[in-house]
Amino acid sequence: MTDEPLLRVRSISKFYGNRIGCSDISFDLWPGEVLAVVGESGSGKTTLLNCLSTRLLPTSGTVSYRMRDGAFHDLYRMSEAERRFLMRTDWGFVHQNPADGLRMTVSAGANVGERLMAVGDRHYGQIRAAATDWLGRVEIAEDRIDDQPRAFSGGMRQRLQIARNLVTGPRLVFMDEPTGGLDVSVQARLLDLLRGLVHELGLSAIVVTHDLAVARLLSHRMIVMKDGHVVESGLTDRVLDDPQAPYTQLLVSSILQV
Amino acid sequence: MATPLVVSEVAKSFTMHLQGGIRLPVVSGASFSLAAGACAVLGGPSGAGKSSILKMIYGSYAVDFGQIIVTHNDNLVDLAAADPRTVIAIRRDTIGYVSQFLRAVPRVPARDVVAEPLVARGEAAATARGRAEALLARLNLPERLWDLPPATFSGGEQQRVNIARGFITDHPILLLDEPTASLDKANREIVTAMIAEKKEAGVALLGIFHDQEVRDAVADRIIDVTDFAPDRHAA
Amino acid sequence: MTEIAQYNFAYLDEQTKRMIRRAILKAIAIPGYQVPFASREMPMPYGWGTGGVQVTASVIGPDDVLKVIDQGADDTTNAVSIRAFFQKVANVAVTTHTGDATIIQTRHRIPEERLKAGQVLVYQVPIPEPLRFLEPRETETRKMHALEEYGLMHVKLYEDIAQHGHIATTFAYPVKVEGRYVMDPSPTPKFDNPKMHMSAALQLFGAGREKRIYAIPPHTRVESLDFEDHPFEVQRFADPCALCGGTDVYLDEVILDDRGGRMFVCSDTDHCEGRRAEGHRGHLAGEAVGA
Repeated sequence: MTDEPLLRVRSISKFYGNRIGCSDISFDLWPGEVLAVVGESGSGKTTLLNCLSTRLLPTSGTVSYRMRDGAFHDLYRMSEAERRFLMRTDWGFVHQNPADGLRMTVSAGANVGERLMAVGDRHYGQIRAAATDWLGRVEIAEDRIDDQPRAFSGGMRQRLQIARNLVTGPRLVFMDEPTGGLDVSVQARLLDLLRGLVHELGLSAIVVTHDLAVARLLSHRMIVMKDGHVVESGLTDRVLDDPQAPYTQLLVSSILQV
Repeated sequence: MATPLVVSEVAKSFTMHLQGGIRLPVVSGASFSLAAGACAVLGGPSGAGKSSILKMIYGSYAVDFGQIIVTHNDNLVDLAAADPRTVIAIRRDTIGYVSQFLRAVPRVPARDVVAEPLVARGEAAATARGRAEALLARLNLPERLWDLPPATFSGGEQQRVNIARGFITDHPILLLDEPTASLDKANREIVTAMIAEKKEAGVALLGIFHDQEVRDAVADRIIDVTDFAPDRHAA
Repeated sequence: MTEIAQYNFAYLDEQTKRMIRRAILKAIAIPGYQVPFASREMPMPYGWGTGGVQVTASVIGPDDVLKVIDQGADDTTNAVSIRAFFQKVANVAVTTHTGDATIIQTRHRIPEERLKAGQVLVYQVPIPEPLRFLEPRETETRKMHALEEYGLMHVKLYEDIAQHGHIATTFAYPVKVEGRYVMDPSPTPKFDNPKMHMSAALQLFGAGREKRIYAIPPHTRVESLDFEDHPFEVQRFADPCALCGGTDVYLDEVILDDRGGRMFVCSDTDHCEGRRAEGHRGHLAGEAVGA
């Protein structure tokens, strides 16, 4: 086990004019660790996710990532070409709306294969075999490989998006409300699948969610955000079982019991 | 042999921000240690803070004051001040925990729920499943249930899955929060025997047992939690 | 006053030509890169080759000999109109013989006869962006070109194989130019793709509506994209040309009657006529020539 984090976040702030997106956020993410960022709409959690995943330039602060050669690179000092390469090889990004992360008019197989082709894979048979394997791992029947995601249900689309991201064996995956628009029963299946894949592949992940049950099931550690600030952070079951900050107590006490 | 766990001057209170910030002290000045190969039992009436002490040692409750020193991979670590990553490592390698209720994950079969702590420590999945099956069989969980997720099991069945999950590893410290509460006599006796085997193996156990019979059978010493009552210290 | 005096030579004003020539020079300097240019309104509708016409108008001189083809033929509406246009506005010599031309403007074909050094082939391009149908955002496709992110191009070929069992794209087949830019060769049949590779002629591409010019300088590598296990192949025809008996040529289907009768003939009319003049005969040559 390595004794260095995978991602180092230092004093990240994002201001929209005078309005705070997120303010002065620092943490380390370790290999194999799943971090949940929770908070209500407008708390800045998606802004933070976008700043970390190079989708949004932060106003100040640094994010450095430990590349496969072991060296840390400041994401915002890399060239755009390097960042984009990182995004489609060593990283994944799972959008809340699968249509944002999939190509809706090309087949499921090509959606999964695209990242392989982007890194120079030029053997159709091997690409298709890899796509078939990944569809199986996200529980999509093999005979749907040539169907377009337009013909898929919401849950299937989300699973396809996950396969598309994981096919290149990324080390870090960002997820923005991955179970957001899904029915509860479909959510459970997806969460369980994600949980299994994260364990099996030893992925590090940063998951933005407003759903504490999702955080409980998937994450090791949590950050609770309110108005752009971190109000509490710690081990997931510690934060949920013994919340310290008034806002976290409010969140935890607002969960409906079934 | 090093003392596996030392609890020193630990205090804990809850601040209820939603109820105008009232502060509820739970324990204060809690000090004790565990010995390898022995089972200590937390004694005292309901609400005395027994569960809170277990949860602080497991890291799922914050510690306001004091130290919890754990011998983790031959190092002494203060769990009360450890970062989340260290707590996770301690849970993986050093401290096992049987909670009062199983927190079932949807869709994961009972066998895999039990095997998971071993798999997390790098054991091959097949070996871990074999060990899990042996434990479930010993706890008389019908074999037809092994492939099913425990969410729909009865209380007693869930608790046996939970016990198997806690006992499958050879953690040097094992915390037990009323493991026998919903078990019948035959299964209680099996758990009693399993605890005895853990002691035999040099594990330091700390438990809460409301069942007098089990407590008498397993306890090497009783730690009276009323000694740590905050009122007494305030007085 | 003669009719031609009402226009500047070759219709466009000299400033416009200079602007277009600068775009052409840039395009030649960066083979396969789409150079934006300020496309002008031309006295013909978009889709009739306004891009090609502007490029031709900017490079043509009084001594040039112009050939214009549409689908390989010199005698179809588009070819006849554009040829007449340049005769009128530039008073240049025109020809139908590939070997005699210095500038050949083309829609959808490359002549069968191997082009020589000194010749310029001007393509009319409807949609210059090869990534367009998979990535509609122009900002994104430009970035993909800049960063050489061409995985998406293979997604299209993957889809072909997944649906048809082979790469079914038969025209506008994407190529990589000099190992760098992926380029749409305009809707020429993929049969013509190998002719672009290391051609001795200068190849210029003009897209009037989309306002882009790109180029393949002489002796430039042009590779058709493919998969290792599904290599690039050109179309094969079962029979030779019914008129000239030519085999290694691109054929058009011609319907002969309303009872299913048909024949396959050279799409390149000049090539076909040349072969027949040399005495080559296909199996329907007698009837067709007589008809």
